[in-house]
Amino acid sequence: MLDATDEGYVTSDGRKIGDVLMEMKNITLRFGGVKAITDISFDIRQGEIRAIIGPNGAGKSSMLNVISGFYVPQEGEVWYKGQKRPQMKPFQVAQLGIARTFQNIALFEGMTVLDNVMTGRLNYMKTNLFQQALWKGKAEEEETKNREVVEKVIDFLEIQSIRKTPVSRLPYGLKKRVELARALAAEPSLLLLDEPMAGMNVEEKEDMSRFVLDVNDEFGTTIALIEHDMGVVMDLSDRVVVMDYGKKIGDGTPDEIRNNQAVIDAYLGVAHD
Amino acid sequence: MFYREAGDFKTSYVEDSQTFPIKFDRYRYYFVLVCAFAVVPFVINDYWVNAIFMPFLIYSIAAIGLNILVGYCGQVSLGTGGFMAVGAYGCYKLMTAFPDVSIFFHIIAAGGITALVGVLFGLPSLRIKGFYLAVATLAAQFFLVWLFNRVPWFYNYSASGQISAPERTIFGIEVTGANTEAWATYLFCLVFTVASAIVARNLTRGAQGRKWMAIRDMDIAAEIIGVDPLKAKLSAFAVSSFFVGISGALFFAVYLGAVEVGEAFGINKSFLVLFMVIIGGLGSIFGSFAGAAFLVLLPVLLKNVLVAGLGWPTDLAAHLEFMIVGALIIAFLIAEPHGLAQLWRVMKEKLRLWPFPH
Repeated sequence: MLDATDEGYVTSDGRKIGDVLMEMKNITLRFGGVKAITDISFDIRQGEIRAIIGPNGAGKSSMLNVISGFYVPQEGEVWYKGQKRPQMKPFQVAQLGIARTFQNIALFEGMTVLDNVMTGRLNYMKTNLFQQALWKGKAEEEETKNREVVEKVIDFLEIQSIRKTPVSRLPYGLKKRVELARALAAEPSLLLLDEPMAGMNVEEKEDMSRFVLDVNDEFGTTIALIEHDMGVVMDLSDRVVVMDYGKKIGDGTPDEIRNNQAVIDAYLGVAHD
Repeated sequence: MFYREAGDFKTSYVEDSQTFPIKFDRYRYYFVLVCAFAVVPFVINDYWVNAIFMPFLIYSIAAIGLNILVGYCGQVSLGTGGFMAVGAYGCYKLMTAFPDVSIFFHIIAAGGITALVGVLFGLPSLRIKGFYLAVATLAAQFFLVWLFNRVPWFYNYSASGQISAPERTIFGIEVTGANTEAWATYLFCLVFTVASAIVARNLTRGAQGRKWMAIRDMDIAAEIIGVDPLKAKLSAFAVSSFFVGISGALFFAVYLGAVEVGEAFGINKSFLVLFMVIIGGLGSIFGSFAGAAFLVLLPVLLKNVLVAGLGWPTDLAAHLEFMIVGALIIAFLIAEPHGLAQLWRVMKEKLRLWPFPH
């Protein structure tokens, strides 16, 4: 059992988890008459790997879309770094340091891998149109500086060899990795992964799991992820939120979740009298 | 054999991201530049300049401009003719209002005015996409032509409704008016074309270009990485219209000398430039040049072959010319839907190894 103190906690493998980074307070999201999310609250702490799981249609992706600003909840508040976040457009959320990947890959197909990853740095590139039109000087300097960061990410994810390949030519597993690279290039303080292992074989899943753990370990990035593979979720995450039919039915360490009756019922089904 | 990369190591990111990373390519580019500036002006005559070089150079600027909007940012526009008219009339008003200022600055200012107008007509792009946006820009085309026809202030109340370029000089050499020399007008346009190409390349290879391409490829994903769609789309409209405006100003002031708006900048012009961009290759600066060259040179070439070479009557040749150009466009697009630029890229891949297959 974790101590739910404000100072954070220490995980079983000895990593120190810090303050609350993001807190969702009583979020309710409706699409017309359909309630996608009903009164859900949970927090994400600095440095932890937080998983959101649940059966299909439970509202997990909707939750991620609320965090990244695509959906505006009818009720509830989003708190980020100790402040209430006003209603924002997705690109403003990105500028706050929240990066994400998508369930179905959302890369820029017409660009090379390098250009795709470089787009992750756009928030750091501040030269104006005239400086860029001249190129020599400020713009080139900025480009080189950001390229160095990007090359570190490319190195880290082991995609050096496909640097100059157009993304449209890559196989699925590599595309997923490039998308992660683009998100990482933004040096986010919160990284949202929407089913990073969907459709992968065992080896690719192992690679991806290793990358997720390494990212968390080396850069101290806070990660919130949605995943269906229970083995992966239980191994990777520090704490898990379980959703079903838009409601929260469980929240705790993987061990607690495994023994939670409501969760077992949701996944295995239960006889209704 | 020609495009050998072996042994051509890059040791810095600056070197790696240069425009022509392969040595052979780079030297060829310098060679073309030197020829264009130092050799061509001495050997050309009026016919070559008026039939080939000037339309090619001016349409290249327009094609570069439209390519930024359509090819790089993915916003379809059919208003190119109208924006060229803005450049032409803007330049005319400036030339007549400030006769003491160099025409060089007038043309750049005309580009600036067109950029503002372009942003205005780009506003619908925030709400509508694809074909619907094309229709909206079509409205710009017809409105602008109507405006320049109906408001006499734009043509300084001249009786004919035409605008004609007064004589202006650069360093004492006439570039507009009746008594221009072929080499002077050629060089004047060449400077603008080369500068436009370099600026366009710089903008599209850096942060701004990536924002545009991100919007083009997937606007939702672009937003999630922090691209403001409003700014990205409007800046594309501004930059694109700037180049189109410059080409319109040159087209009027240097090339034609006198212009009637409906004739020179009608909807045909919009389609012509759009075809140049599509045939040349969307999202490629080289493609803009290739497309402009294709559509400018082909009719001239056909006319020379059919009339001068085969001795056909002129009217028959003129009609056949349309059919042949049309058929060639279709053939090209079937063979390579991504345009001449893609063909060139494929050829370069082949040339890397040719004539030794391994």
